[in-house]
Amino acid sequence: MAAFVLRRLLWTLVLLVIVTFVTFLVFVQMPSADPAVLRAGRNATPEIVAALRDQFGLDQPWYVQYGKYVQHLVLHQDLGYSYQNNVSVGSEIVARLPVTLSVAIGSVLIWLAVGIPIGIISAVRRGRMSDRLLMIGALAAISAPAYWLGLVALYLLSKDIGVLPIFEGAGSYPSGGQSLFTAPAQVAPALVLPCLVLAASFAAIYARFVRASLSEVLAEDYIRTARAKGLRERTVVLKHGMRSTAVPIITLLGLDLGILLGGAILVEIVFNIPGMGRLSYEAIQRGDIPTIQGAVLLGAALIILLNLVVDVAQAVLDPRLRKARA
Amino acid sequence: MMAVLEVRDLRVRLPTDDGIVTAVDGVSYTVDAGRTLGIVGESGSGKSISSLTIMGLTRFLPGAEITGQVLLDGRDLLAADDEELRRVRGAGIAMIFQDPLSAMHPYFRLGAQLAEAVRAHGAVGRRAADARAVELLELVGVPEARRRAAAYPHELSGGMRQRAMIAMALANAPRVLIADEPTTALDATVQAQILEELDRLQDELGMATVLITHDVGVVAQVAHEIAVMYAGRIVERGPVDTILAEPQHPYTWGLLTSIPRLNRPRGEALPSIPGRPPSLISPPSGCRFHPRCIHARPEHATVSPELEAVPGDPSHRVACLLDPAERQARWRALRDSAAAEEVTT
Repeated sequence: MAAFVLRRLLWTLVLLVIVTFVTFLVFVQMPSADPAVLRAGRNATPEIVAALRDQFGLDQPWYVQYGKYVQHLVLHQDLGYSYQNNVSVGSEIVARLPVTLSVAIGSVLIWLAVGIPIGIISAVRRGRMSDRLLMIGALAAISAPAYWLGLVALYLLSKDIGVLPIFEGAGSYPSGGQSLFTAPAQVAPALVLPCLVLAASFAAIYARFVRASLSEVLAEDYIRTARAKGLRERTVVLKHGMRSTAVPIITLLGLDLGILLGGAILVEIVFNIPGMGRLSYEAIQRGDIPTIQGAVLLGAALIILLNLVVDVAQAVLDPRLRKARA
Repeated sequence: MMAVLEVRDLRVRLPTDDGIVTAVDGVSYTVDAGRTLGIVGESGSGKSISSLTIMGLTRFLPGAEITGQVLLDGRDLLAADDEELRRVRGAGIAMIFQDPLSAMHPYFRLGAQLAEAVRAHGAVGRRAADARAVELLELVGVPEARRRAAAYPHELSGGMRQRAMIAMALANAPRVLIADEPTTALDATVQAQILEELDRLQDELGMATVLITHDVGVVAQVAHEIAVMYAGRIVERGPVDTILAEPQHPYTWGLLTSIPRLNRPRGEALPSIPGRPPSLISPPSGCRFHPRCIHARPEHATVSPELEAVPGDPSHRVACLLDPAERQARWRALRDSAAAEEVTT
């Protein structure tokens, strides 16, 4: 197992190099704006733009630029400086990531806590009225886009009914870049809506997935054996049934946590949350290549790492895979 | 003496996409303590569904219609509620399934699955249940039981798995053991060992056993009585020796003559019963075997035969419309021609 993990970590490094390379090519070769002009700001003279171009090395061939980027990254763990405001990308990520993680963790908890029980109830009561109603509800939740759901929820709950807080001068999220880790009491109420909105479609997808997966498991021979032993139906479903369903759920979860980062962009924009999603969105709009690079690299690293965690978790959960992963 | 298990006029109807299947259509039998009833039939004859129903496992199927009586020590299980039935499952009646690999949970260790069966019926501590699991494995002849208890099902051989499956069924000393094709998934040599093991355990523990199989050889080895099922009904029933020597039903004749023998000529096709098992959604009228029966007469398509005692032998019952004397003559002719064939080769 240790050898397996080590091998996978080495692969992760290779993959990350490829990711930086591809992002670099995409944004340097097809820039949305001239970085030097961007950095120079309004009313800049051509001399200033030229000087900046020289300073950033933008007049050099792309492979030299890429080499320098990788060199800084590897030797100094330096992701460069934003073209937009000359802030270090690394420190910007350190400030923004906890906020996005707060949104992500909250969403995952909600979607699992809602989706899995609904899936179980539906699978057990398959074909009956309660199952149909739950699945229609799930379909509605899947069909509603996150940004639409977000705006509707904001309007309804914050403005109209006023259940959830609005922060002076900042809107639906407290200013100052606080996260669940630094100011839980202040941030948690502000996170309720964004997390619910982000979790809604995932919860619905998981409910349907658990229903399908558990229904299949419940038709297995070993479930019949569990019943034949005289176990309570509760034990049969929750212990024997869910034990098998856990493996595909973990697998799906690993993939979805990556997609969640994409979903966070929409929600962070709608709810004005200063996280990684909004940072990336603004960086893409402004052609701020170092920031985009940093965000993409972080996203890729997270997804690869999550996949590794999934692979290890699968081996832990499924004894038949342990030998294959040894 | 009261029979341990008595099944009276059991009928099971299950809805499918193509229509309602009458999987079991009026099956009755009794099994006494220490005795083995072998139920023989093709796949789809209703033999598995009838035993799953006795366990109360067909109740879970949506739309299942079950009528009749299943008496365990005189108590009707079909009338019992789900919780009462749960207490009976595994404790009063236990079951062994065909394929032990798919019948055991792949993610739980053997010992844990056995201990769970022990703990399902009675206040047994975790530690005591684990110890009992090892004992049970020893009882069914699993060597190095302690080490095997820590293994997962996929880590064992087929024979060991089936022994473990038997151990699981015996965990609560059941009154009735139902073995559904217990040896079909095993090699021939392992098959013989498992059958001997079942035989020995039955002698030791005195259970009433129902052995379901499509293999007449298996029944001949361990059963005291045979019931032959065809299209959801029992068509012939009696002591094993009688049935093997003097079978009365043309379907039973087909089963007996289609057993492969080493002294048959090479390359010669095995005798087989013509046609295919009937659909149980719209079963044939009259005698259900008549479309495949070479002895059938036109009136057999309208009259439905009852399971009646063979003249002169009340323990032997058959559901056939042919005249008893004619049946006897036809079987003798069939048997003699088969014997003659064996002699000439």
